[in-house]
Amino acid sequence: MADNKAPKKRRVRDSRPWWDTFPWWGVIVLVLIGWMAWQISFNSNYELAWDRIWPGLRVTIRATFQSFGIALVLGLLVGMGQLSKNVFFRNIARTYVEIIRGIPILPLIFVVALILIPLLELDKFLNFEMRATVTLSVIYGAYMAEIFRGGIQSVPPGQSEAGRSLGLSRRQTMNSVVLPQAMRAIIPPLGNDFIAILKDTSLLSVLGVLEITQRARQFSASTFKFREGYFVVAFIYLLLTLSLSVLLSVLERRMTRDRKGER
Amino acid sequence: MISARGLTKTFNKTIHAVKNVDLEVDAGEVVVIVGPSGSGKSTVLRCLNLLEIPTEGEVVVDGFDLTDPSTDIDSVRAEVGMVFQQFNLFPHLTVLENITLALKKVRGKNKKEASEIAMQQLTRVGIPEKVDSFPRQLSGGQQQRVAIARSLAMEPKIMLFDEPTSALDPEMVKEVLDVMLKLAADGMTMVVVTHEMGFAKAAADRLVFIDEGEIVEVGLPEEIFNNPTHQRTKDFFNKILY
Repeated sequence: MADNKAPKKRRVRDSRPWWDTFPWWGVIVLVLIGWMAWQISFNSNYELAWDRIWPGLRVTIRATFQSFGIALVLGLLVGMGQLSKNVFFRNIARTYVEIIRGIPILPLIFVVALILIPLLELDKFLNFEMRATVTLSVIYGAYMAEIFRGGIQSVPPGQSEAGRSLGLSRRQTMNSVVLPQAMRAIIPPLGNDFIAILKDTSLLSVLGVLEITQRARQFSASTFKFREGYFVVAFIYLLLTLSLSVLLSVLERRMTRDRKGER
Repeated sequence: MISARGLTKTFNKTIHAVKNVDLEVDAGEVVVIVGPSGSGKSTVLRCLNLLEIPTEGEVVVDGFDLTDPSTDIDSVRAEVGMVFQQFNLFPHLTVLENITLALKKVRGKNKKEASEIAMQQLTRVGIPEKVDSFPRQLSGGQQQRVAIARSLAMEPKIMLFDEPTSALDPEMVKEVLDVMLKLAADGMTMVVVTHEMGFAKAAADRLVFIDEGEIVEVGLPEEIFNNPTHQRTKDFFNKILY
């Protein structure tokens, strides 16, 4: 059982001076954020950019959550499909993962949103934002399928043997024994993918979806205030991703505490 | 209770782990399987609850033909307990939850009934005080005793033991063997793969010596220890008995 060694925190008092270990990067980031906040509050050009761009935040966040949700379900299904005993499911899942992983996101968005969806005659029901969300879900579904597969495979086979020996069915063993243990290996990379999806919603701008990047492009193009427009949009992304990182590390720390068997 | 005929297991078409093994185990009998490592004794055991699917041959357990695809293997396994070398307790569940999981899901017991059964079995293996611990907080011997209690809680008709003491520190072997001896004395049908010759002497009705995937010799433990008839058996006991 490899997971029972919780990493021990070593507190070695080393001889390095305080300025060597001080988190300067945090100060730099804070100064940048403070400077941007200052500009947006008191510089009328930045204020204008902010007013034009931030309404797109709703679209960005909506697309992020929807894509993540669909990709999660898709990833779990495809990930288990790859481990299926059924030769058909296994190969369908594998094909899907290999094809999607092999193509960059930008061309895939064009292919799915502009070719595949009209071809399937779904374009009457799906506006461009939905099409883009579907595309992101399909892409991240493939990435997550690999995360789920790896997580499930990280659980030692003896665990499911023990479950099956007690008379639990395949499904019961998966749900009660394997998946709960696989979650430890799955949650951290899923968190990374959540941040990655958030950033990749900026690609929806190529379909004209009015999320924050597209609004920044429009603002800059119409006012020639490129610096203000792009600084503001970069600032918004940074705020979102940094706060997500903090949330994730809190979550991970909680999980390592559980790992020691404390409740 | 168990009847294996012509049992053969081949891995990757070239590795013959088990060759044409016949094994009959009656109700209440304790059969101990010994043999050099890699001789296929664990594979034989794992074929008895279909953790390995036999390449050829027939395995009938409690009247059910395991090699028949229409047999509901889950319901057969519920009647056949298995104890592993590596314990295989569920690390994300407490001792209590480890034991009650299958009681609830397979036997359909409610929480209260399942907890009562779990406490009875934990008392039987001598560690009722560990009910709320997590597996990693227990010693190896305690973990293995919980694993035995987990199997016993299902009230199996047969118990299979796959080298239950091989992963234990020497000072913990006895506490596990004591539980197994008690179980044998209670009349449980047991098939035990082990290197503990003391246990074989004390509890086995029959000793089966396997080498290179074949049964070389079967008999009473004392007979085989004292007068092995085959050269391979003699060599084996010469190496391990001192």
